[in-house]
Amino acid sequence: MRQLQEKINYEKTFDCVHCGYCLPACPTYESMQKETHSPRGRINLVKQFAEGKIDIEALQEPIDKCLGCNACAVVCPTNVEYSKILESAKGVLDEQKPKTKKQKIAEKIIFDQVFPSKTWMNMIGQATWLYKKSGLQSLLEKTGLTKWAPLHLGQFEQVLPDLPSPAERKRRQKVAKAIGRSKAKVGFFTGCVMDSIFFKINAKMIDLLTRAGVDVFIPDEQTCCGALHAHSGKLGSSKELAKRNIEAFERENVDFIVNNAGGCGARLIEYEELFEDEPEWRERAKAFVAKVKDISQLLVELDTLVFTKPVHEIVTYQASCHMLNVQRVAEPPLRLLKSIPGIDYREMEGSDRCCGSAGIYNIIQYDESMKILDQKMDAIKPTDAHTIVTTNPGCLLQMKLGIHREGLENRMRAVHLVELLYEAGPERRNPYDY
Amino acid sequence: MDEACLRELSKIFAQDQLLTNLSDLHSYSYDASFGTYLPNAVVQVKNVDEVSAVLKLANRYRVPVYPRGQGTSLSGGPLPVKGGIVMDLSQWKQKLEIYPDDLVAIVSPGVLTSEINKAAEKYGLMYPPDPSSSHVSTIGGNLAENSGGPKGLKYGVTKDYVLGLEVVTPEGEFIRTGGRTIKNVTGYDLTKLIVGSEGTLGVITKAFLKLIPKPPTTQTMMAVFDDLVISGKAISKVLTSGILPAKIELMDRSSIIAVENYRPLGLPVEAEAILLIQLDGHEETLNKEIEETNRIVREVGARETVIPGSREEADQLWQARKLVSPAIVTLKPTKVSEDVAVPRSKIPDMIDRLNRIKEKYNIHLVVFGHAGDGNLHPNIICDQRDTEEMIQVEQAVSEIFNAAIELGGTLSGEHGIGTMKSPFMEEELGSITLDMMRRIKTAWDPNHILNPGKIFPEPDQNSLVLRDG
Ligand SMILES: Cc1cc2nc3c(=O)[nH]c(=O)nc-3n(C[C@H](O)[C@H](O)[C@H](O)COP(=O)(O)OP(=O)(O)OC[C@H]3O[C@@H](n4cnc5c(N)ncnc54)[C@H](O)[C@@H]3O)c2cc1C
Ligand code: SF4
Ligand code: SF4
Repeated sequence: MRQLQEKINYEKTFDCVHCGYCLPACPTYESMQKETHSPRGRINLVKQFAEGKIDIEALQEPIDKCLGCNACAVVCPTNVEYSKILESAKGVLDEQKPKTKKQKIAEKIIFDQVFPSKTWMNMIGQATWLYKKSGLQSLLEKTGLTKWAPLHLGQFEQVLPDLPSPAERKRRQKVAKAIGRSKAKVGFFTGCVMDSIFFKINAKMIDLLTRAGVDVFIPDEQTCCGALHAHSGKLGSSKELAKRNIEAFERENVDFIVNNAGGCGARLIEYEELFEDEPEWRERAKAFVAKVKDISQLLVELDTLVFTKPVHEIVTYQASCHMLNVQRVAEPPLRLLKSIPGIDYREMEGSDRCCGSAGIYNIIQYDESMKILDQKMDAIKPTDAHTIVTTNPGCLLQMKLGIHREGLENRMRAVHLVELLYEAGPERRNPYDY
Repeated sequence: MDEACLRELSKIFAQDQLLTNLSDLHSYSYDASFGTYLPNAVVQVKNVDEVSAVLKLANRYRVPVYPRGQGTSLSGGPLPVKGGIVMDLSQWKQKLEIYPDDLVAIVSPGVLTSEINKAAEKYGLMYPPDPSSSHVSTIGGNLAENSGGPKGLKYGVTKDYVLGLEVVTPEGEFIRTGGRTIKNVTGYDLTKLIVGSEGTLGVITKAFLKLIPKPPTTQTMMAVFDDLVISGKAISKVLTSGILPAKIELMDRSSIIAVENYRPLGLPVEAEAILLIQLDGHEETLNKEIEETNRIVREVGARETVIPGSREEADQLWQARKLVSPAIVTLKPTKVSEDVAVPRSKIPDMIDRLNRIKEKYNIHLVVFGHAGDGNLHPNIICDQRDTEEMIQVEQAVSEIFNAAIELGGTLSGEHGIGTMKSPFMEEELGSITLDMMRRIKTAWDPNHILNPGKIFPEPDQNSLVLRDG
């Protein structure tokens, strides 16, 4: 019992005073309308489980249905470390819950082979690209994803972007030089999903960075950030991935490590905490974390770009939960958006609430996710936006899906912030400034 | 609970409205106070027929029913202490209508209190009761607890804004009390009886609320004192000078230090007390009134006063008051928050008594609250897991209650009696008054179905217990 209590962060559950302040912030409490699916309810269930009062079956569903969006932690007056409690609960569930053999095999493929592997991610990218040319079947067969769960991939496949050919992927250089005098050396953490499905956005990102006056390095050895692993309770592999990334970026000796996926960025800044009992790695992680920045933060800090092409559109912004609630980056994307000439920025009601994509939540909790997405689309429609801007690949796909489900493709689009900035003709203000 | 009763429930309710699995039962076993009690079932009601059907069924099977809003009660109000059915009203939030010409709002019980005010503001109106939990708690819970907040000083509490109610009685009959008019003297005032009855006399299914014009602007002031007693005098002096602030909030030295440690805002940490005062009204009047207030508090002996120059600066001062609660739990995780009220003139005495109790039991005791209306929040910071300490705390709390009653005050200014304070009822009210209340309860609820175990002490319940099991 003691051991379990330690593992599941039992002591941290006492920080919760049951005040309920987190209820209005929680998207699943709103969509599922039960205390069981609220932060307070989940924390209580973890506590009851750690005390042996409920069994693991009673814990599983409420934990599985949590988005991990961390909105609860932001409003909590007593600073309950919800994400730690959630992560450890997932870890225990992952160890203890009976899984079907198929599920195990599929999870193993996804977490041990697909996400950490560049080859695999390229292959998914290429397979998706292949699919665009040749049909869905081959993608599903190649990745083995359908064996895992009813994944509704068909839904997502309809909104996938145009993918570059394998040759185009190969052509990307490892280094891109600043336009004008270089202000800094930046390592680009490309992110698995961004780099496979949204490879073209990453290409624009590199261009954007060079225009902003920095040299860009893309270490080959970098791997998955580990977010999806940690959120599914696989802390062990999450640590291994962290080590590989720290090593990869140490080698390049960069000033900043920049990323454009809110979810990855949130994981990267938590690397230090992973190594509480490994002092040497802890130090190295600390140095790594100090350099991590979201692209929007970096651009605002550099303050080197002007936007030369007006964008005459109504634009709204859907924050990435992990960027907002974990990295706590709120203002920079808005600052950048508002600096684009011609833009009519309109805030949607609840722009800080999760869109329901939440890592792979929209794949494995499809029905719940769609309820949340429908609510989100209801909040977006009154803004009359032409363009929904996001800062995370999962959110971007989800928004695209939302537009598709509403049948609004001909008057609304979803883009990554980087894409919109790119469209707005970014030019370096004073190329020879230091 | 009878299997047959459960079967009948499942005929009334759709599957997703009747919760019986273990994770759901645990999730409705607590509120924001102490103790957890498992119900046998939870029903999520959304109309009068459902409420009525549950209560009729419960009377037939003699099963207790506990109304529940968002479970933020600090006194154990919605806890299913005797098992049975928790009736969740928090999802019945569909109706929120504002009638600006009548200055009336009509709401269903699950609407969040702050939403009512937000809706009223669109018409230049306001719904003044402002418990700090107003963005989480339901209007049904507020009505049942007769909740109040800082603005109670000038504007009163929930009961002052209720024109009429729709209620299902404990036996399952639908009634209306009051109406939509400001004046109404037809018969007993059942509205006022239901308000503050803590879910023991009926389930509120709709409320007709009074709105008032929203004052155009506000002005804030902080006054710093080297002596708590003098801060008490300053309050009286302001209130007898023809100025009625919207709020006067007090923070004692330990709460000032706690907030400063938690988030440095530049509060005067060496002061014994600060008062935060907010005036509201028209700008010209306010400018005069704030000057006058400034003069008065300095005359009485404030060491320093601060009048913020901008909205942001004012917000920051109020932020300090809001941070007291989170700041104090960083010391230890458990917070026992009391809300005794005393006549305003007795605030200094009460604070003195609190200090002595603090020393006697060697506990972390912090005092803040709505000093303007005599409602103090002595909070004891402790650790639930430390049984020894909790026993000390229980004794200290009893002594706090006694002190308040001796000073002519009351057990609870706004949080209600629930399970936590029932052992002290007789002491404050006397046996005859308490018996009259019991008779009212029995007349309304002959089978003791609705929210049993609250307000009235159980036969074996003679002291406060904050420990589980
Ligand atoms: C951090 C914090 C700060 C707080 N600040 C304040 C404050 O400043 N002022 C204040 O007064 N209170 C305060 N409270 C206490 C609490 O928020 C109030 O008592 C609130 O009114 C409870 O509302 P609820 O919806 O959570 O109801 P619950 O806690 O669920 O229930 C409260 C009581 O109401 C009954 N009830 C609920 N709905 C109905 C209904 N429709 N019909 C009949 N009975 C019903 C329940 O049976 C129970 O007895 C605070 C609580 C917390 C946790
Ligand atoms: S806001 Fe924090 S302390 Fe309050 S119920 Fe939620 S998690 Fe618990
Ligand atoms: S992480 Fe998000 S979904 Fe999960 S409990 Fe917190 S607010 Fe709710």
